[in-house]
Amino acid sequence: MISDYLLEEKLPLSWCAGCGNGIILQSIMRNIDARHWRKEDTVICTGIGCSGKADDYTRTNSFHGTHGRAIAFSTGMKLANPNLHVVAVMGDGDGITIGGNHLIHAARRNMDIVAIMINNLNYGMTGGQYSGTTPRDSITKTSVYGHVEDGFDVCGVVKAAGGTFVARGTVMDVVQLNSLIGKAMDHKGFAFVEVISPCPAQFGRNNKMSAAPAMMQWIKDNTVSVAKAAGMSRAELKKKFVTGIFEDRNDQDDYYTAYKKIIDRLGGEENE
Amino acid sequence: MGKFRFMQGNEAMTEGAIAAGARFYAGYPITPSSEVAETSSVRLPQVGGTYIQMEDEIGSMAALIGASVCGKKAYTATSGPGISLMSENLGVAMMGEVPCVVIDVQRSGPSTGLATKPAQGDVMQTRWGTQGDHSIIVLSPSSVQDCFDLMITAFNYAEQYRTPVIFLSEEIIGHLREQVIIRDPEEITVVDRARPAGDPKDYRVYDHSQGLAPLATFGSDYIFKINATMHDEKGNPSANQENCERIVRHLSEKIESHVKDISIVRRYNLEDAEYIIITYGGTTRSALSAMQKGRDAGLKIGVLQIVTLWPAPGAEIEEVMSSANAVFVPELNLGQYISEVQKRNPRNIPVIGINKTNSKPIFPAEILEKIKEVAD
Repeated sequence: MISDYLLEEKLPLSWCAGCGNGIILQSIMRNIDARHWRKEDTVICTGIGCSGKADDYTRTNSFHGTHGRAIAFSTGMKLANPNLHVVAVMGDGDGITIGGNHLIHAARRNMDIVAIMINNLNYGMTGGQYSGTTPRDSITKTSVYGHVEDGFDVCGVVKAAGGTFVARGTVMDVVQLNSLIGKAMDHKGFAFVEVISPCPAQFGRNNKMSAAPAMMQWIKDNTVSVAKAAGMSRAELKKKFVTGIFEDRNDQDDYYTAYKKIIDRLGGEENE
Repeated sequence: MGKFRFMQGNEAMTEGAIAAGARFYAGYPITPSSEVAETSSVRLPQVGGTYIQMEDEIGSMAALIGASVCGKKAYTATSGPGISLMSENLGVAMMGEVPCVVIDVQRSGPSTGLATKPAQGDVMQTRWGTQGDHSIIVLSPSSVQDCFDLMITAFNYAEQYRTPVIFLSEEIIGHLREQVIIRDPEEITVVDRARPAGDPKDYRVYDHSQGLAPLATFGSDYIFKINATMHDEKGNPSANQENCERIVRHLSEKIESHVKDISIVRRYNLEDAEYIIITYGGTTRSALSAMQKGRDAGLKIGVLQIVTLWPAPGAEIEEVMSSANAVFVPELNLGQYISEVQKRNPRNIPVIGINKTNSKPIFPAEILEKIKEVAD
């Protein structure tokens, strides 16, 4: 099955030992397989950073563009061919930091794409600097005295912006992760999944978790379910990873469904 | 014959794009280009196309490229600050070899400049605005009819050469209203990109060994990878030195080796001209008026209008430089294109720039005055 979806000649994956990206890539591919999406009709669209290597390995169509713009490229693809399955795979730099503007607007428009944001809490590829999701007090290469900003609650942002499917998982619970990514793929409209993923080589090394198991354990220890989080205070939830589904609704047309109604009303020719 | 209409340059650009087969627009409104967005939002859904107003020009450029890879002819329109924001992803279209058309209706600069005033300050930015070595096609209209006709040419070049094309207008032409013929489809030549025909397994999106590789479409039987990073012929990332060299050279040569086919110039009274005005865009209209007034006064003035600014039509410029006594280059900037003339001046004749950056157009009298100074 692996050779159906991954370019075996490109293996092994270039990601560091203990990185979660391979687990997420596997989950994406397993879900594509489970849905019998034709590789011809599927596009993996990536940005820049460690997550931007994801398309190097896939046998689907792929598009490797600029930092932070995967959602904007995906928007053009989906509107030009609404039958395509477009999956944007991003890091926290792509997704919410340099590319945050595209994320909130795609959510607001209910653009029918799957957006997966791998959150490793820092910029891994450039050597471990802080990103828009780095937790307060963390040590990174550009916050050696301790980070003075809070990281985004990205799912909170996307939900507030109007995303119709919003979920968070971690690579420590692959059963849940598979389920979340699968639900995102089945969703008609903007589907966002944030995946908390260890970066022992950079974030871990700078924060006394350079051994991969230590960083994985830290993620596990700080993960709470949506249900459990409901009974916790804001202070208790500080620096916790709340996992589960935050939004799942079908009460709004996706962008192209709404736009197509205008084309039909105007009697526009078939948008072939 | 088509239909006679009275419309603005910006509107005619939309009509030209649609006539060329464009069915996707992504943009962010900016003066003095906004009418392209407005008219596109009205016209595109009427013909089954899609208009989307993106969150910024960065996203607009990205969406264009995404749509084009899915088989739609795509365009956007912007001005100074917007073309700066588009420059990074313009490089994606360049490196990824994805056709698209970017309209830049120039306004006074630098920075946010004067939104409603004309300038021709983006000539060099459109040539070199995105990083790294590359070549690009830039067309410059001088009438509302050009906005229709040349827009079709812009799309044809984009499709033929698998490249972004910049349609470099300016406020003068964008907001000019005059008669235009919206030509019937039978009168128009529309070029569509070459698409692969062989076994999908053998398709190589960047294999240019047999001429420019055809561009497949996401969603067709061909699976492929578009890559803005240095890539091999399949689109896989590659740092191989020989490959890097080949790609960078290819991106220039695929345009530069076709300068003759891409060059469009217009010659006015060059046969006996002693004084020649080399001009482009809206300034052409003042140049032609100056020529007529000068001729009426007995001065042998001719005009070479450069329509294809980039790649520069070197042969046509050299031809003029071999016959004129003096050449005048009026530009609504401090002299951006004049270097293309100066570097083709073996006889060392006077090359005189007429430059203005006070937000007003160059008037015919200002050009004629300079010519008279030299002629006296």
